[in-house]
Amino acid sequence: MSVLQRDPQDQVRVLDENGTVVGEVPDIDDETLVDMYRNMRLARHFDTRAVSLQRQGRMGTYPPLSGQEGAQIGSAIALDEDDWMVPSYREHGAALLRGLPLKQTLLYWMGHEKGNQMPEGVNLFPPAVPIASQIPHATGAGWSFKLRGEENKAVICYFGDGATSEGDFHEGLNFAGVFDTPNVFFCNNNQWAISVPRERQTASETIAQKATAYGIDGVQVDGMDPLAVYSVTKAALEKAKNPAEGEGRPTLIEAVQYRFGAHTTADDPTVYRDDDEVEKWKAKDPIPRLETFLRETGRLDDESVEAIEADIKQRVADAIEAAESEPRPEPSEMFDYAYAERTPEVQAQYEEFEALREKVGDEGFLRE
Amino acid sequence: MSAQNLTIVQAVRDGLYTEMNLDDEVLVMGEDVGKNGGVFRATEGLWDEFGDDRVIDTPLAESGIVGTAIGMAAMGLKPVPEMQFSGFMYPAYDQIISHMSRFRTRTRGRYTLPMVLRAPYGGGIRAPESHSESKEMFYAHEAGLKVVIPSTPYDTKGLLISAIRDPDPVIFLEPKLIYRAFRGEVPEEDYTVPIGEAAVRKEGTDVSVFTYGAMTRPTLEAVENLEEEGIDAEVVDLRTISPLDRDTVVESFKKTGRAVVVHEAPKTGGLGAEITSIIQEEALLYQEAPVKRVAGYDVPYPLYALEDYYLPSVARVEDGIREAVNF
Repeated sequence: MSVLQRDPQDQVRVLDENGTVVGEVPDIDDETLVDMYRNMRLARHFDTRAVSLQRQGRMGTYPPLSGQEGAQIGSAIALDEDDWMVPSYREHGAALLRGLPLKQTLLYWMGHEKGNQMPEGVNLFPPAVPIASQIPHATGAGWSFKLRGEENKAVICYFGDGATSEGDFHEGLNFAGVFDTPNVFFCNNNQWAISVPRERQTASETIAQKATAYGIDGVQVDGMDPLAVYSVTKAALEKAKNPAEGEGRPTLIEAVQYRFGAHTTADDPTVYRDDDEVEKWKAKDPIPRLETFLRETGRLDDESVEAIEADIKQRVADAIEAAESEPRPEPSEMFDYAYAERTPEVQAQYEEFEALREKVGDEGFLRE
Repeated sequence: MSAQNLTIVQAVRDGLYTEMNLDDEVLVMGEDVGKNGGVFRATEGLWDEFGDDRVIDTPLAESGIVGTAIGMAAMGLKPVPEMQFSGFMYPAYDQIISHMSRFRTRTRGRYTLPMVLRAPYGGGIRAPESHSESKEMFYAHEAGLKVVIPSTPYDTKGLLISAIRDPDPVIFLEPKLIYRAFRGEVPEEDYTVPIGEAAVRKEGTDVSVFTYGAMTRPTLEAVENLEEEGIDAEVVDLRTISPLDRDTVVESFKKTGRAVVVHEAPKTGGLGAEITSIIQEEALLYQEAPVKRVAGYDVPYPLYALEDYYLPSVARVEDGIREAVNF
C-alpha cells in the first residue's frame, strides 16, 4: 500500500529520534543515502556560516534553515531530473540539490540579482518572498505540463505553515484539485510563522487534513526524518506523473519539523518561544538521527564522516570566497531586464543615468 | 484583406480567435469564459472551437487565475487570463505586482511571462458598485508591465494580437462603455497595431487634446462642436498608457502650445499629471497656457444615479478646451 494512503493524523516515520528503524526503509542505494547525509551536513554548515556572515555585516538579512535539513534534502533528493521545484525563500538546501550553486544563494542574500539567475537546465523557480504567492505558480507550471502532454514532469512547491493561512494556498490547491495537475505541495510546518505559532494559523488538527477539502491526498510525515520524507515525496511525485486508475495527481505533504533558529536574522526567537521547546525539538535533530542509522548499518564510519566534514567545509568556504569576490553588479543592469526590449522611457532614464554617472562618478551614488 | 463590421467586444473575440488559430500555445482562461462565452461575450464560441484545454472555465479566484497563468507563462505557454471586471482584480493585485511585473527582472531574463491579462474597465454602463472604476494607473505605475487601452474595433484586434505576441506581460483594459457603442471595419486576417504608439485622430493647430479609451468619443464630439466656435483642436488617442508615446505628445504640443488631457480616472496622480510633466520637461518654452485636466474626481466612484456627473462629459471637455484656448 502506498505511504500516501493513510489518515492525515497518522504520521509517516522510518527512523525514531535515536535513529532506530521504526518504519519501512525506502529502497535507496547506499551512495544516495550517504549523499543525503552529506547534503544535510552541507546545508547545516552553510546555514551556520551564513548566519555568521550576516552577524559580521558581510551579508544582508538571511532566513536560516537549521532543523529543516531532513525535509529539504529528503524531499529534493526524491525528484527526477525532469521535475521542477518552486521554493519559498528558505529552501537553500533543496535548491542546491536542484542545481543552484551555494555561491548564488549567498549572492542573492548579499543583494545581487545574479543569485537568481538559474543556470540553464536547472529546473528551479526563483525564491518567492511574498508568502504563499508561489503556490499558484507551481500549479500553473504543473498544469502546463499536463496541457502539453508532458507526463514525465511533476512540480514540487515548498511553503511554510504560515502560508496555509493565505488565500493563495487555497487557490493554488483548489486549482490543482479541480484540474488534477501533477503537483506536490510540500508544507514545511516548522511550528512558527515568525513569532506566531501554528495553533494561531489554523484550528485544523493537522495541515495535511486540509487536502481533504480540495479533494486531493494529504499526508503528514515526520519532517525531521529524512527517510520518511523521501518515501512520501517519492510516492507523491510518482503519483503526480503516473496516477493509478481513479487516483488524483496532486498531494499535500505536511512535514512536521522545527526551525532551530530565528525566522530571519532580523528577529530574536527567545522573545516568543521557550528554551524547553527548542531543546525538545533539538533532540529530534535529523542529522545525528540519519548518521546513527548509517553507522549502524555499516554505511558510514569515523573515517568517512571526517572526510565528509572536510569536504563540506571546503565547499562552503569556497562558495563564500567566490561570492565575496564577485564584483558589484554593473549598475546599468537595473535597466536590462524589466522588459525584453527597453521601452523608450526606460531607455531615456538609462541614458540619463549613464550621463549622470559619467558626471558625478560612482561615488556620487554610493553611500559607503 | 476582407473586412467585417465589428463592435469592440467582437473585435476582442476576433483577435483571440485569430491568434489562437495561429498559435497553439495561446489559451484563454477565466471565470465563465468557456460555455458561457464570457459575461460580455468576449470569448463567445471559442470553447466550441478550441475545447476545454484552450478555453478554460476556472474557479472563481482572481489570484489563482493570475497566479496559475504566471506558472504557465513561465513554462512557455501564452495564457490570456480574463478578469471578469477590473473592479475584481484586486485579489490578484499581489500576483500582478509581486510576480507578473517582476519575473523577468528577478530571474535576469531566464523566465519571461508572455501573458495578457484582459479586463473590462471603466464606467458609464449603469453597473453596480465596484463595476465601474478606472484604475489603470495602478498598473501603469508598475515597471515590467505594459498597459494597453484601445478605443476602436480595428485597434482592439490589432493591439490584442500585438499584446499576445509581446514577450512581456501586458494588461489589456477594455473600455466597456464602448464595447457595443459602435462598429468599425476589422480585417478578418491577423494584423498588428504596435504597442506604445499613439494615434492622431484629428489634426488641429489650436490645442492638443490627449485622451484614450472610452473618453476618445466624447472628446471627438466636443472637438467637432467647437469647430463652430472657430477652435481647431488636435485629438491624440494614446492607445497605450505604458509605455507612453512621449514623442507624439511632445510633437503635438509643440505645434499647438496648449493641452487638455481627458480621462475618467481620478485627477490626482492620473495620466494627466504625467502628460503635464512631460510637457514641462520637454516643451516648456512652447507653452501658451496651463495644461487643463478634465478627469474623474478624487472621490469613490458613485453609484450610477450620479455617474454622469462623475465622468467627463462632452460639455466638460468643451469647457476644458475653451479654458485652455482662452487663457
